[in-house]
Amino acid sequence: MAADFETPVLGDVEERPTPALACGAMAGSKSYVAAPAHNEALGFPGELVPDWQDKAIARMGELLGKYRSLQVFMDSCVKCGACTDKCHYFLGTGDPKNMPVARQDLFRSVYRRYFTPVGKMFPGLVGAKEFTRELLDDWFNYFHQCSQCRRCSVFCPYGIDTAEISMAAREIMDSIGLGQKYCNEIIGKVHKIGNNLGLPGPALIDNLEGLEEDLKDETGQDVRFPIDEEGAEVLLVTPSADFFAEPHVLGLIGYAKVFHAAGVSWTLSTKATEAGNFGMFIGNYEQMRKIAMRIREAAMELKVKRIVFGECGHAWRVAYSFLNTLVGPWDFLDPRYPVPQHILEVTNDLIKRGGIRLDKSANEGIVPTFHDSCNVARASRMGDFEGGQFVIPREVVKACVPRFVDMHPDTTHEKTFCCGGGGGLLTDELMEIRVKGAKPRMEALTDVVRNQGVTHMVSICAICKAQFTKILPYYGFDREVVVSAHQLVSNAIILGNND
Amino acid sequence: MTTVFAILFYAAFAVLVAGLGMKIAQFARTPAPLKIPTTPAPLTRQGAAFRVAREVVVFESLFKSNKPLWIFAILFHFGLFLVLARHLRYFQEPVWSVVALIQPLGVYGGLAMMAGLALLLLRRIVVARITYITGPSDYLMLLLLLGIGATGMAMKGVAHTDIVAVKAFFLGLMRFDIQPLPADGALYAHLFLVAVLMIVFPFSKLLHVPGVFFSPTRNQSDDPRERRHLAPWAAKLEAGGN
Repeated sequence: MAADFETPVLGDVEERPTPALACGAMAGSKSYVAAPAHNEALGFPGELVPDWQDKAIARMGELLGKYRSLQVFMDSCVKCGACTDKCHYFLGTGDPKNMPVARQDLFRSVYRRYFTPVGKMFPGLVGAKEFTRELLDDWFNYFHQCSQCRRCSVFCPYGIDTAEISMAAREIMDSIGLGQKYCNEIIGKVHKIGNNLGLPGPALIDNLEGLEEDLKDETGQDVRFPIDEEGAEVLLVTPSADFFAEPHVLGLIGYAKVFHAAGVSWTLSTKATEAGNFGMFIGNYEQMRKIAMRIREAAMELKVKRIVFGECGHAWRVAYSFLNTLVGPWDFLDPRYPVPQHILEVTNDLIKRGGIRLDKSANEGIVPTFHDSCNVARASRMGDFEGGQFVIPREVVKACVPRFVDMHPDTTHEKTFCCGGGGGLLTDELMEIRVKGAKPRMEALTDVVRNQGVTHMVSICAICKAQFTKILPYYGFDREVVVSAHQLVSNAIILGNND
Repeated sequence: MTTVFAILFYAAFAVLVAGLGMKIAQFARTPAPLKIPTTPAPLTRQGAAFRVAREVVVFESLFKSNKPLWIFAILFHFGLFLVLARHLRYFQEPVWSVVALIQPLGVYGGLAMMAGLALLLLRRIVVARITYITGPSDYLMLLLLLGIGATGMAMKGVAHTDIVAVKAFFLGLMRFDIQPLPADGALYAHLFLVAVLMIVFPFSKLLHVPGVFFSPTRNQSDDPRERRHLAPWAAKLEAGGN
């Protein structure tokens, strides 16, 4: 690997020792600052405004009045330190500013200085700080070293969620012209072209036709990838990486085969060619709503009855938890189905009802484990029961393979570790923090690979898949170790002859 | 001194009630525009209320997080609870039978509280990453509580104060009929520190007490697909026609 940093040495998953503090270890791992064009396209100032300090404080005040989470989280922390050893970025780097409470305190110190009586009168006593340029730089660095995975919020006795604070911090930085290039450029692409990858409609249609031809050759079946087909039952909204990146596209092929085998008519939409919603990463309600609105419009124009989302973590959070709020109500859709549904809910129901049949032997030799994606695990649900987001994907995977192995329980379900690339960090300039942040997950994976013969790791998130594909080689694994859940479905599903 | 302490306690009580009341009103007034329960979360509102109750009573998340810290915190908070319950007798006449009943437990509560506080303080000093996140106010808060506990237990175990007169003083305060406070150094110190605690309460991290009830990640039910959740400002945005 051509890298100017060292890949962490993996430890024992059982012990997972807390690293010694390495102050400033990640101070140099900086996101690129957004160019004026990226910011202005979203209605933000092009570059840092001269009176940024006043503007930032004013914006902070507004957000404190708009978000109960932010106000309560600012006031409630007792510095107990329960969160200090829970963040994958701290565990991978030892940089104390990657401890959730210390990351929050970058924000809280400013809050105290400008919004609390004690912070105004005795700043030194309560860690209140002037919002200096130096502190703003720390904000930019360390709020872009948070993947908003919510692992800290599971363990906080007050449920303080650092994601909420990093979202607010990014929102404030955008409002003063200090945006992050990666997120803002991508959101611009969504508005201009329709998806995060900037894949225009005609190219996409070409690509889907190619997939249909490939599948015809491979299976002899007319498995279709319909797009903009009015009157279809299902509108499928999926991350744009599913259209060509691997292993994502193998999952897309799986969705298509499921709909084909079950006889459900479906369609993609050139208007909503992206499930992802980076508006969440930058904490901007208006952006999030604007991006989500395309899905409502597409559903209305195509007169579908149901909306189904493909495999993507943060997209599923926005879909499951926020879509009804942002662009609901969904009274024009079929009330017999939840809105939206996850593709794994659909596939799981079909498996249970016998609507599709699977042949496990098609995945002979594959012993998968399952990586719970943070936004699915800790910010949403599947199915109609608490914890369905853990059960349903595993049920589907188990139905496709002869043997399945779970990773260490401290690293799965609600305690899952982020892949290291979520929350707007999936960009090359942050490779060091991405590799180091993956350490806890890699420890747990290495353990089941060595001791239980695991060969693959299933992921149900476009960001996880892209991140693992990139960082697995740093830890001595093949990039193809990470697979889509519907890739295994695709291998195992029995097409045709399905009476 | 009687007058000084009478004024001090009226002032401290006013600051505590007004400060806390304003903070609670602020928390209640601020909308939570999005559904953000940390999942898996209860599907019903009753379930979410029970989740909050578990956080308040048994510190459920802390238990998941860190067992030694959980023990220290439980020692302190349950000790404090018993001590406060024991102190109720100084503010009521006649004394409720349940308060009389737990009276002997108060001393053990005091010991548990002091042990918990000492361990929490030690942890702040010894564990490097906790030292890193600790500020002067965090140490001072522990020292304040230790001071209250030490002066209180000194009056119980070392040199008894005239507790009947103390009770008369507080009952008098509540009836706006000031009675003399015994001249006793330990008592003065104890009461002064308690008044300080009451005054700093609404301006300090002690706001975790109301905060835990208002935390959206804990008190929201997991039902966003079934029930549309819309904050007033978000509804306004929607009506704004975009």
